[in-house]
Amino acid sequence: MLDIALKISVTLFTIAIVLNLYRLAVGPSLPDRILALDTMYVNSIALIVLFGIWLGDRTYFEAALLIAMLGFVSTVAVCKYLLRGDIIE
Amino acid sequence: MIALYTLMEGVIAFFLIAGSIFALIGSLGLTRMKDFYMRLHGPSKISTLGVGCVLLASITYFSLLDGGPSLRELLITIFLFITAPVSAHMLSKSALHQKLARDPRTRGDPEEFQEDHEHSVEEAPQGDSKLP
Repeated sequence: MLDIALKISVTLFTIAIVLNLYRLAVGPSLPDRILALDTMYVNSIALIVLFGIWLGDRTYFEAALLIAMLGFVSTVAVCKYLLRGDIIE
Repeated sequence: MIALYTLMEGVIAFFLIAGSIFALIGSLGLTRMKDFYMRLHGPSKISTLGVGCVLLASITYFSLLDGGPSLRELLITIFLFITAPVSAHMLSKSALHQKLARDPRTRGDPEEFQEDHEHSVEEAPQGDSKLP
C-alpha cells in the first residue's frame, strides 16, 4: 500500500512542479515569476522528503532543510530588490 | 503487532495522498487564476497543508522504523509555517509597489491604487462583482 501511495504522490507533486514551471515561463510580471520559484522550492522540499521515505534513508532531511532556508532567504532578497532597488542599504 | 503496522501504513498513505492533492490544487490555482493577487492564495496552501502533510507522513514513517519518536522533520514544518506568511507579505508588497493590473472582481482599495481612483470617476466600483 505504501509503494502505491508513494508513486501516486510523486506523480502528483511532479505535475504540480510542471504547472509551476508553466507559470514561471509565461508569467506576465516579475512578482509572478518570483511566486512561481517560491512554490517550486516548496514542492521540491516535499519531493526530497518523499525520496527519503522511498529509500528509507534519513540523509535527505538535511538537504530539505537547506533548501527551505536558502529558498526563503532568496525570495526575501529578490522582493527587497524589487521594492527598494537595493538589497543591503 | 502486524495489525499495528498495517494501520500505520494506512495512516502514512493517507497523509501522502492528502498532501499531494493539496499541492496539486495549489499549483492549479497558481496556473489558472486571473490576477496576481488571486494567484498568491495557492502557494500558501501548498506550503502549510501540502508539505505539512508530507512531513507528518515522514515523521510517522521514521518513528515506526526507529521504534521511537523521530521529530527532526518537525524543524522543516515549523520553519515553513513561520516563513510562508513573511514571503507572501513581501511578494504582495512588491506587487503593490509595481502597481500590477488587477481584475475588477478583486476586492479591496489599498493606498497604492488610490491615485488612480481620483482621476477615473467611479469607474467599476466594488459592487461590480459577479460573485455573491
